[in-house]
Amino acid sequence: MGNMIAIFKKQVKETWKNKTVFIQFIMFPILTVIMNYAIQIEGMPKNFFVNLFATMYIGMTPLISITAIIAEEKEKNTLRVLMMSNVKPYEYLLGVGSYIWFVCMMGAVVFCIVGEYQSKEAVIFLIIMTIGILASLLIGAAIGTCSKTQMMATSITVPVMMIFSFLPMLSLFNSTISKIARFVYSEQVSIMINQLENLHICFTDILIIIINMLIAFSFFVIAYKKCGLS
Amino acid sequence: MIDYAIIVKDMSHEFSKKRVLNKITFQVEQGEIFGLLGPSGAGKTTLIKILTGQLHQNSGYSQLLGTDTNCLGAKEYKQIGVMIDNFGLYERLSVYSNLAFYADIYHVSKSKIPDILKSIGLYDAKNIAVLKLSKGMKNRLSLARAFMNDVKILFLDEPTSGLDPVTTREIHDILIEQKKKGVTIFLTTHNMFEAESLCDHVALLNQGNIIEFGKPADICRKYNHLNRLQIMLKNGVNVELENGSKAALSIKEYLEQDMIETIHSTEPTLESVFIELTGRGLNEYGKYDCYI
Repeated sequence: MGNMIAIFKKQVKETWKNKTVFIQFIMFPILTVIMNYAIQIEGMPKNFFVNLFATMYIGMTPLISITAIIAEEKEKNTLRVLMMSNVKPYEYLLGVGSYIWFVCMMGAVVFCIVGEYQSKEAVIFLIIMTIGILASLLIGAAIGTCSKTQMMATSITVPVMMIFSFLPMLSLFNSTISKIARFVYSEQVSIMINQLENLHICFTDILIIIINMLIAFSFFVIAYKKCGLS
Repeated sequence: MIDYAIIVKDMSHEFSKKRVLNKITFQVEQGEIFGLLGPSGAGKTTLIKILTGQLHQNSGYSQLLGTDTNCLGAKEYKQIGVMIDNFGLYERLSVYSNLAFYADIYHVSKSKIPDILKSIGLYDAKNIAVLKLSKGMKNRLSLARAFMNDVKILFLDEPTSGLDPVTTREIHDILIEQKKKGVTIFLTTHNMFEAESLCDHVALLNQGNIIEFGKPADICRKYNHLNRLQIMLKNGVNVELENGSKAALSIKEYLEQDMIETIHSTEPTLESVFIELTGRGLNEYGKYDCYI
């Protein structure tokens, strides 16, 4: 627990200095604030930009952040030193993961404020965001673990991130894509956020998210067994 | 009875059917500086990984502070400090923040940090980001991180590689200071002069085999095949004599006439010994890394 807190604190210290990751954290909340107040088109669904960018935030920010942090630590040998200092791999991953989850949830609170969600809606929205962020963290951890360098991590992350963050948006315009996207957790999260006022969760939706997370976890286990952390 | 900090017996290790370490055996006494010498690709870093429990050997046995290296736990890790070849420092954080982070990881008091920084000459740079430090300063910081835990063993992977002589000397002084405190130091290097001046014992590692082991002076004497004395006279003439009783008379005469500028024995350096044993110099191997 002590090591996990130390890693969490170290990550917080680095937040302002790691511009690549910092931009990921603030980009979508800022975009949402600007777009939500700047663009008001008649007939546009309520909270259109909040829902759209919240989904993209889930598919992009945790995934890129955790991949970038793990890959950088691997490339610069800091992770190897940590492992040699008796830090357990799970302590490291929980430290970094909890930090990203924490910062992403602050972004989620911004979405909540901009969307003017009331108490019950706000709680459900934050729970949905937590589930989406966790799924993305698992995928990102798997990519970061199997990448030896930051360059390699980026080349894998970009297409994966594009699938998860853009599919929900593209499914708005194309029914075929919508049918396929249904099996992706980010689409399920997007559907839930869009139905927030009148949320009706069916078992299949939950099952799809759970299966997505299990697949991501399996990928992570395979990547960890094959490549290790150091 | 000698207390050994490290015992390695018949250790072998392979990567993808390529044998990196081949039945190596040696011991490191507690409180000594031990040098593992060898070119790049000789298996030095693999050996450090095995000894620090990061890798399990395919066969053989290794023991660190009385514990099998395959079973190292929190207690043993608290006694080990590691400095690897390319720093492993958080470059965006300051010098102080780097040590503060590791103080948390090692569960040691942060109040030690100013004294540690003073001892390595980085106190004035404590608020500077590691990114802005010179290579020598990064090396010193990396070293400080390795011993801030009051360790019993320090593993140093090429601690002075690429440094200027002054910084190298400063790092040597830090290591000697640690040795005086009773710390066992296990260092890898391909700098023969470093090994000769610092190490109590050395092992020459080549392609996974230990080809020589002992005190640096003993190894040099062992391979002193010429066994001659080289005398440079003040008039510029070089004289070579057999190193034996017969030379005594000639030397006496030169001394009486105040003719001697320098006297050297023909003992080889560790580098010459390495070349003799392998047919190639230590620095040459770097050029052929991809073939090793």
